[in-house]
Amino acid sequence: MSDLATLSLYLYAVSILFFILSLRWMSEVKTSRRGNWSAATGMAIAILTTLLVYMIHQVDLLVAAVVVGTIIGTPIALKVPMTAVPQRTAMSHAFGSLAVALVGAAEYYQDKASIIGNKDFLTISILCGEMVLGFLTFTGSTIAFSKLQGIIPGRPFIYPGRIIVSLANLGIAVGFSVYLVLHPSQSFVLPIIAAFALLFGFLLVMAIGGADMPTVIAILNSFAGMSAAALGFVLDNKILIVAGSLDGSSGLVLAIIMSQAMNRSFINILFGGVGAVKKGPSVIAETRTVQGYTPEDVATILANARSVVFAPGYGMAVSQAQHVVKELADVLQSRGIDVKYAIHPVAGRMPGHMNVLLAEANVPYDQLYEMDRINPLFPETDVVIVVGANDVTNPAARTRKDSPLFGMPILDVDKAKTVVFIKRSTGPGFSGVNNELFYLPNTMMVFGDAKKVLTELITAMKSQ
Amino acid sequence: MTSQVLADLPVNLIIFILSTFLGVELIRHVSRLLHTPLMSLTNAISSVSFVAALIVLSETTNTFILTLATVGVALAFTNIVSGFLITERILRMFRPRNKEAKSSK
Repeated sequence: MSDLATLSLYLYAVSILFFILSLRWMSEVKTSRRGNWSAATGMAIAILTTLLVYMIHQVDLLVAAVVVGTIIGTPIALKVPMTAVPQRTAMSHAFGSLAVALVGAAEYYQDKASIIGNKDFLTISILCGEMVLGFLTFTGSTIAFSKLQGIIPGRPFIYPGRIIVSLANLGIAVGFSVYLVLHPSQSFVLPIIAAFALLFGFLLVMAIGGADMPTVIAILNSFAGMSAAALGFVLDNKILIVAGSLDGSSGLVLAIIMSQAMNRSFINILFGGVGAVKKGPSVIAETRTVQGYTPEDVATILANARSVVFAPGYGMAVSQAQHVVKELADVLQSRGIDVKYAIHPVAGRMPGHMNVLLAEANVPYDQLYEMDRINPLFPETDVVIVVGANDVTNPAARTRKDSPLFGMPILDVDKAKTVVFIKRSTGPGFSGVNNELFYLPNTMMVFGDAKKVLTELITAMKSQ
Repeated sequence: MTSQVLADLPVNLIIFILSTFLGVELIRHVSRLLHTPLMSLTNAISSVSFVAALIVLSETTNTFILTLATVGVALAFTNIVSGFLITERILRMFRPRNKEAKSSK
């Protein structure tokens, strides 16, 4: 090994150290920005080291690619509104996994002669696995992006036998991979493998509903990381193995947290088709009626409150109500009322989505309470205001064994003295289940767009 | 033993196993407040696949392989740029109560 190559390994080690410190510093808000800079430093060292060791003859291509990457990446990062961060994340998983899949394909064509000559089954096996994972993550993430962006409907695309059709596509991709491993010279099957892997990713995510996206994004994150790690094995590049597996395990941990917060298995989320529009008699007619209140009624209640908790959900993001929520919180606080925010793990469309939206609206992060911390406080809370959340507040999850939500951890908002529920209509939530909360005596339903209702509420409070 | 990948496999497997478990432990301790920026950060970190694309780019003169590698370079670099920038942008928004201008306390 040349001196330069040895030096590069030491520099990669430094780079890995920066990556690990980066994740360590992400554990709390105070050190999180240091964490980001640390990772960026590690990345810069890794890139410069590689440029030092590997002679790039096609400098023009490299510069062109880097310029294109900068031109696409910079405006995305600086202009994307916080409500659209889930889409951006899905898009970056698509880009990352496609990059890894294409580089894997390039490596196959490059090494084909030596793979055949050496009967190198291992290299070709890893490459095939990596490409299947990369290509399916690419289309899966692209569909997730399209659903989140509203380009295609968010509801799951369901048809009879869809699971068999999806898995058949995966099976064909794997089958041709085995063929390529046994006959590495048969390059023509590589595009076939790619095509069926792409199709599987497409079909898989098409059949998943919008509200399951927090878990799906995390799983795709994990896939993207794992395929990068696999590429590291083929290139014997340690930094790629470390960074890929850190990313892969991160996605996995987040996916587990998300699925636990919904009390559902990965299999159920990926193949359950939850959130499909139910037809005909399966929807039980609701005989109970709900009384609607006005923002003025709520203002009267709030005038006598000592403590208020907001429970936000995806609906808040849809109606862009986070700034009005903060405005109302300011009015309440100016009257000495204690304000907190209750954050359910799967509220929103990606892990931590609500925190980012509220932080954007200048809500201090020490007012954001996660579910385990806020639930014991609800019995002492005077008023809970539910903004754009539904299933995560449904008490049926605790009490009704026949409910599809049964067993899912929820925000116990019903234990507060008064619940103000802002909602467009009485329709059920994503799960298709009616919210028991609507019919409780301590619930005040206020119908209308969240932003409009809250603005009227602020006006009513100021005129008191 | 003819395959370099096979020869390197034991060490690489050890690295893979250790960093996967290290990753799980590190991520479990990340505050739930920060799960969104965490995702954009780990995504930027895994874009070190840029390095892989560079290596393949340096190995070849074949136009088709060059094209694949160059597209890989562009995609990975897009993720590096947008990943770190948006993480910084998100993290800047997180403020504690005492730093809020119109604090009620």
